[in-house]
Formats: sequence, C-alpha cells, structure tokens
Amino acid sequence: MKKYTYTEKKDTRSGFGAGLHEAGKKNENVVALCADLVGSLKMDAFIKDFPERFTQVGIAEANMIGIAAGMTIGGKIPFTGTFANFSTGRVYDQIRQSVAYSNKNVKICASHAGLTLGEDGATHQILEDIGLMKMLPGMVVINPCDYNQTKAATLAIAEYEGPVYLRFGRPVIPVFTDPDQKFEIGKAWMVNEGTDVTIIATGHMVWKAIEAGEKLAELGIDAEIINIHTIKPLDDEAILKSVKKTGCVVTCEEHNKFGGLGESVARLLTTELPTPQEFVATNDTFGESGTPDQLMSKYGLDAVNIVEAVQKVIGRKK
Amino acid sequence: MKHTIKELEDIASQIRRDIVRMVHGCQSGHPGGSLGCADFFTALYFEVLNHKKEFSMDGIGEDLFFLSNGHISPVWYSTLAHAGYFDKSELATFRKLDSRLQGHPTTHEHLPGIRVASGSLGQGMSVAIGAALTKRLNGDKSYVFTLHGDGELQEGQNWEAAMFAPFHELDTLICSVDYNGQQIDGPTKKVLSLDSLQAKFEAFGWHVINTDGNDMQAIVEGLHYAKTLTGKGKPILNLMSTQMGAGVDYMMGSHKWHGTAPNDEQLATALAQLPETLGDY
Repeated sequence: MKKYTYTEKKDTRSGFGAGLHEAGKKNENVVALCADLVGSLKMDAFIKDFPERFTQVGIAEANMIGIAAGMTIGGKIPFTGTFANFSTGRVYDQIRQSVAYSNKNVKICASHAGLTLGEDGATHQILEDIGLMKMLPGMVVINPCDYNQTKAATLAIAEYEGPVYLRFGRPVIPVFTDPDQKFEIGKAWMVNEGTDVTIIATGHMVWKAIEAGEKLAELGIDAEIINIHTIKPLDDEAILKSVKKTGCVVTCEEHNKFGGLGESVARLLTTELPTPQEFVATNDTFGESGTPDQLMSKYGLDAVNIVEAVQKVIGRKK
Repeated sequence: MKHTIKELEDIASQIRRDIVRMVHGCQSGHPGGSLGCADFFTALYFEVLNHKKEFSMDGIGEDLFFLSNGHISPVWYSTLAHAGYFDKSELATFRKLDSRLQGHPTTHEHLPGIRVASGSLGQGMSVAIGAALTKRLNGDKSYVFTLHGDGELQEGQNWEAAMFAPFHELDTLICSVDYNGQQIDGPTKKVLSLDSLQAKFEAFGWHVINTDGNDMQAIVEGLHYAKTLTGKGKPILNLMSTQMGAGVDYMMGSHKWHGTAPNDEQLATALAQLPETLGDY
C-alpha cells in the first residue's frame, strides 16, 4: 500500500474559495454570486479583490440561478455559491430549464454536502444531490476529495465551457493530494495500485478508502484504490481496466446509494463487465444532528465499513 | 418612427394569421396569449428594439428580449421570422418532430433570436436581470426587455427578482406584463387574485407605467416612453392591458382559448378577420 501522509487538515470549501480567487485573477470574466452564505462558501478573498464582480443575491436561490444563467449572455462565467441542498433540490427546475437545457456556462458550487455538515441536521444534509445533478443532460458533476483537489477542480471548471456541479464540504480533513496537480475533468486518479479488489471513492470518502487500504494490507488484501472525482462524465476506461484485473469492486460515497457514484459504476459494469459490487453509502435515509465523525460512523461511512465491504465482495468473486 | 402605425398594424395582422395557422397546423399550442401580444411583439421588434439581424448569443451592443411566458411561442416565432432571423417557411414546422420551433422556446435547437429556454414559468425576470448585470459590467448601455404573463406572476421567483432589480438600480430593464386577466383555469381574479400589480411593483421600487397593449399607437408610444424613464435608478414595469385572443372575435376575452387549437372551420373564420399583408408562410 502506497504511503499517504499529511501535515495539515483543511476544509474542501476553503479549497473552493482559494480556487475561485485564483480563477478570478486569471480571467476577468469570472464572476461570483452568493445567497447569503459568503463566509460559509469562503468567498471573502474573491469579494475583497473583485467587489464589482460579486453579486450578493440574498436568500433567494431560485433568483440566483436565473441571474447566473443570464450573466453568461455577454460572456461572463458565473460561479454560484450556497449549501448543496439549496444549490440543487431547492432550485432543480431553475437549473434544469435556465442552465442545463439552455446550455449555460454556469458553475453551481455547493458546500456543506452530505452528513459531514453535522449538527444542523437532515434539513441541510443533502444526500441526493449527485443523483439529481447527474440526471441532467450535459451536466458535469464533480466531488473532489481534499483542499488541493477542490482548488484545482475550481480552476479547471473555470476553463471548461458548459454547466458544472461542484460539490464540496464543511469539515476539516487531511490534505494529501499534490498542491500543484493538474485537474482533468473526467479523468480518474489512481491512488494505489492493487490486485485483489477495486475500491472506487469520491469526496470525503477517499481518505477513508486510504485508511481502509492500510488495514486491508495488514489483513493481506492488496486493494486498488481509484479516486473518481468526476462522477459525470465517468472515466469508464479506468474503472473497466481496474475491475478486469481485480474482479470485484466497492464504491464509497457520502451520498445515498440510490442515484450516486455507486449506481453509475454499477450501470457501467452491468453493461460492460458484470462484476460483484458492494456499496458503502447511506441507505435510503435522511441524516440527523451530530458531529461529522459520529454521523459517518452511525451511517456506515467509516474505513471499517469499507474493510467489511471488501471482505464481503471478495467472498462473492467466482 | 421606422414604420407608420398602419404598416405596423399590417405586420401584426400577418403575425396573427401565422399564429392561428401554426396552431391549427399541429393542433396544439397557445393561440390566446399569442394573439393578445401580437401588437407588442410587432412594436418591439419593428420599432423599439435596437437589434442586429445577425444573431449572436452574447448580444453585445444590442438590446435583448426575453420571453418569460414561453407558451406564447407562436407570436415570437412569427415575429422573429418576419424580422429576418430565419425563413418564414420554417413556421410550418412548429411543434413538429425535428423542428427548431419547439412547443416552448429553447436554445437547444439553436433557433436564432432565442437566448434562454422558457416555458416553466417565472424564470425570465431573473435571467433578464443577469443579462442586464453583465451589460453593466461590460459597459454596454443597451436595454433589456422582457415579457411576462400576468398569471405567471403567481410564481414566487418573480418576487425574488422584483425585489432584486430596484435594490441594484437596474434601470436598463424594461419588463412588460401581458395583463389580460386570464389563465388556464379561469380569470386570475378567481384563480388567485393578483390584486393591484401597480401597487405591488411600486412598493418593490419599480417605475410602473400603464399601456394599452392592443392599440399599436399606444404600445409604440408606451415603449418609447419607457425608454425615456431608464437611467434613473429604477427598473420599469409596463402593465400592458391586452385581450386574450385579440384579433379573432370568437377567441377574445376568454381563457378557453389559452391552449386550444382551432378546427378547420374556426381557422377559416379567423383568417377571414385577418388580412394577409406580407404573404403567408
């Protein structure tokens, strides 16, 4: 198992804030909008340097999405910022008609996704957003795994032409990816090469997959770990290549198992290479109040759950 | 004036003919609101709007128009065709398979003249605000026009937008309301009363004007007047009284022709009331 270390922990939303600021410096057409959550979305640096390119919309997310769609007409590249729940479910029809169907170059940037939002509870902990967004024709869906990857992803989507959903979170987690990485939309990252099982992880679950990989190594299981940061378009080639070698797969996501990364992988494998698969994901449930660690444990999203899923799926190999 | 009032009325007559023929041709669509707004579209595209014949999505240096109540697409398609955006023969494809003239307007099939999809109601004002903000950032002084149904104003997103535009002093924005008092299930007064739209928008900080949307002279003057009110810190709301179905006597004033196509006989009756002035498609 390749050794991953970290010297600091940071939140992925701060990676977004840093990426937005840098994207703003690189391209004067980058503009930002927020629905009364500037601090939570870490937009302060952008606003300080580019006040005229920032629009405070107030608590009016539907209006924000429409305004962002309109701002593309004339060449701006709008980044909208609010919590994941209010970025997707609350404004689904606005995104569907004014952004996706109209093919507008809007970047929907969503913080506080999943259970790790913590104490605010289920009203704010969306576990359905990946599904909602990936079903929209033409929508790119990205869920980066740490501060550095989120920053790199933010810079990459500024250069991509078309609608994007960028999902990140609130908790501080290890920073373990390369600060100078080149982020390629739709291209998987090989975290660890192995032969016995393919673990496919996205977002906060990537570090947990690394922790699981270390435990599995102690048990004599050689896990291949792949980071799928771009859930749509999915890197079919990387997944198929790995699964051909290992013969079984575990998908890991901080999202409902209905509609998430796991289902995208299952769809691919069912049609191309039928393979035993286990899902580490929430099981058709809402969350609740608690600390992020308590919630990840209670809802089965810890390294130990990945280890168990791997043992189970290996047992299902023919 | 680029045209005389008589010339504009002749264009509107042709657009009305196109509307009833398009809706008849596919036996679906929304003739009532389309007919009611034929004079507005004619005045806007042939007299008021500073627009380029060569369509560009970004519309730099030209006025923009957004149709929020997308179901009255027939009147927009006919207007765009006669304004030169595409050949009028394409009007025959309305709502048919493989057409660029979808039931509701869309950019998806790349029809020139259209900059955003509409149909799901209540979204157009927000989009227009965004376009106006970008024009402001670009130093582009052109205007942004919109049209909304009155029933459509029951959608909450409009009021988020209505609060935003005056606060940000978007004084290049000229929104018109097709104030015909009708919606699918009946008169707006019975379905969900809008009460005083004038008082509501004024309370939100808009400059509100009232025009007769079925009097060509009045609507041309009203839109020109609206332009003189821009640049003073307030967006403009044009409350435009219209009759659903205007120009076809048996359709006028009733919500029953909101989304119903005429049969052969009804088509003939309608066309007898609408002189062919520019040549049918």
